[in-house]
Amino acid sequence: MEQILLKGLDGGNWRLADYLKRDGYAALKKMFADKMTPEQVIDELKKSALRGRGGAGFPTGLKWSFMPKNYEGDKYLVCNSDEGEPGTFKDRDILYHNPHQLIEGMIIAAYAMGIKAGYNYIHGEIFEVYERFEEALEEARAAGFLGDNILGTDFSFQLHSHMGYGAYICGEETALLESIEGKKGQPRFKPPFPASFGLYGKPTTINNTETFASVPWIILNGGEKYLELGRPNNGGTKIFSVSGHVERPGNYEVPLGTPFAKLLEMAGGMRGGHKLKACIPGGSSMPVLTGDVMMDLDMDYDSIAKAGSYLGSGAVIIMDETVCMVKALQRLSYFYYEESCGQCTPCREGTGWLYRVVDRIENGMGRNEDLDLLLNMTDNIQGRTICALGDAAAMPVRSFVRNFRDEFQYHIDHKHCLVSS
Amino acid sequence: MLSAESKKKIDREVAKYPADWKQSAVMAALRIAQDEKGWLAPETIEFVADYLGMEAIAVYEVATFYNMYNLEPVGKYKLTLCTNLPCALSGANDVAAYLKEKLGIGFNETTPDGKITLKEGECFGSCGYAPVFLINNRKMCGSLTFAEVDRILAELE
Repeated sequence: MEQILLKGLDGGNWRLADYLKRDGYAALKKMFADKMTPEQVIDELKKSALRGRGGAGFPTGLKWSFMPKNYEGDKYLVCNSDEGEPGTFKDRDILYHNPHQLIEGMIIAAYAMGIKAGYNYIHGEIFEVYERFEEALEEARAAGFLGDNILGTDFSFQLHSHMGYGAYICGEETALLESIEGKKGQPRFKPPFPASFGLYGKPTTINNTETFASVPWIILNGGEKYLELGRPNNGGTKIFSVSGHVERPGNYEVPLGTPFAKLLEMAGGMRGGHKLKACIPGGSSMPVLTGDVMMDLDMDYDSIAKAGSYLGSGAVIIMDETVCMVKALQRLSYFYYEESCGQCTPCREGTGWLYRVVDRIENGMGRNEDLDLLLNMTDNIQGRTICALGDAAAMPVRSFVRNFRDEFQYHIDHKHCLVSS
Repeated sequence: MLSAESKKKIDREVAKYPADWKQSAVMAALRIAQDEKGWLAPETIEFVADYLGMEAIAVYEVATFYNMYNLEPVGKYKLTLCTNLPCALSGANDVAAYLKEKLGIGFNETTPDGKITLKEGECFGSCGYAPVFLINNRKMCGSLTFAEVDRILAELE
């Protein structure tokens, strides 16, 4: 199975010299040697059908083409490595084990959009990863891949890393920009979108770590080849972060469209021969699916969407039959309540309300009307806030209640759990 | 107020941003200040504000928004345990109970000798290594078992 992000990594071979041995920076050299124009680079990206790996799945080539071409003045490139969506831990491994592939991808992106400066915003809790990335940047600068006149061309690009410090909301791209500007990470109202008003008010493109890290392979091998690795409209490979009740939690890079059953098998199957009860296929904000539905799905954007959830960030949270769905939702709802930035009333008040109602059901104080109340609240939060955190809080609640309603009702009727674990 | 070494580190961060956007370094400056002082006292926040040419209230807003800043003194070692769903599925709540019993403190409390503060954290983006805790915002320890917790605690001096 072809891998392009985690291929050949042994945990220790992250340095520039190692990366060069794996064809590192060959895409950048090829781009300059072939005198590719920025338009040609963007065309390859469009052909590849690479879709944003941070969660939204927006086509990358299209996003890049939104940047104003003849803009006089500064433009910025930003990498979103603020990976804090429960269940997701892929960017951390790219940064830690293959940092130069991200750097190379960002340089190519900067060239394609005529950008001279960029930042990589790294999740605050992974300090060791941040330190290593800083070292990798130094290596790239010393070797002439970053900085002024890259590889003797007239193209220059400065890249720095910026460390977050514990705010989930900064994974939202405009909150992340506010954060780089030295402010509270509160999302901006859109439009204007970052491509016209981004970092420091300048045109800005933001992509996820895995997205940028996929770029060198596409330039080296061609967009069509990348597309062929996956499925139509779902180009390439994707890293799935598998956590929870499997024998071998970890990151697995597979072609988009790989059957879920195969992915589960790669992760060693269910722990101790237990049964798959539920799975959140795209990070905690995405709707939960029942185990039966999940076993019939393929892991690509369109298949999962058809089943009523989303591929999101590719974080696959596996739950076996010992999990109490009320307790699981109680923990997730607390998370969104804790992480709401407080800017929009439906989210600020609604996340607390959701948590308190789920919490009382879990603690044997649920009322008969609570399930409909929860569903009603989700309708009054989702789509009514500046950013998607409101939706992210609502979707788990709605899907847990709908897919496991009997279990919630049992908790209300019997004041204790259906599952004895 | 901050050591020359810390100021040098802050200067290095300031240099990453455009000359008229010194305040972009505020998160890093607060982190560096906290590393030196252990927590962000009001006078430390004011120092950072002066150093970066910001209003103290703007720096205070940042310090209170991001939850890895310590707004009150903590023990020599701050242990932040993730209890979010993927970690909980992998035994984080058992580890929490074990830590609380062993240390004789609850979350947001410090051992009487001032050595360890226990905190509950949200997702560290490391769920494949669950359960995980973070020591002093820097060192991450994963795949925690009771024996592993014992080993790590014994190494903290």
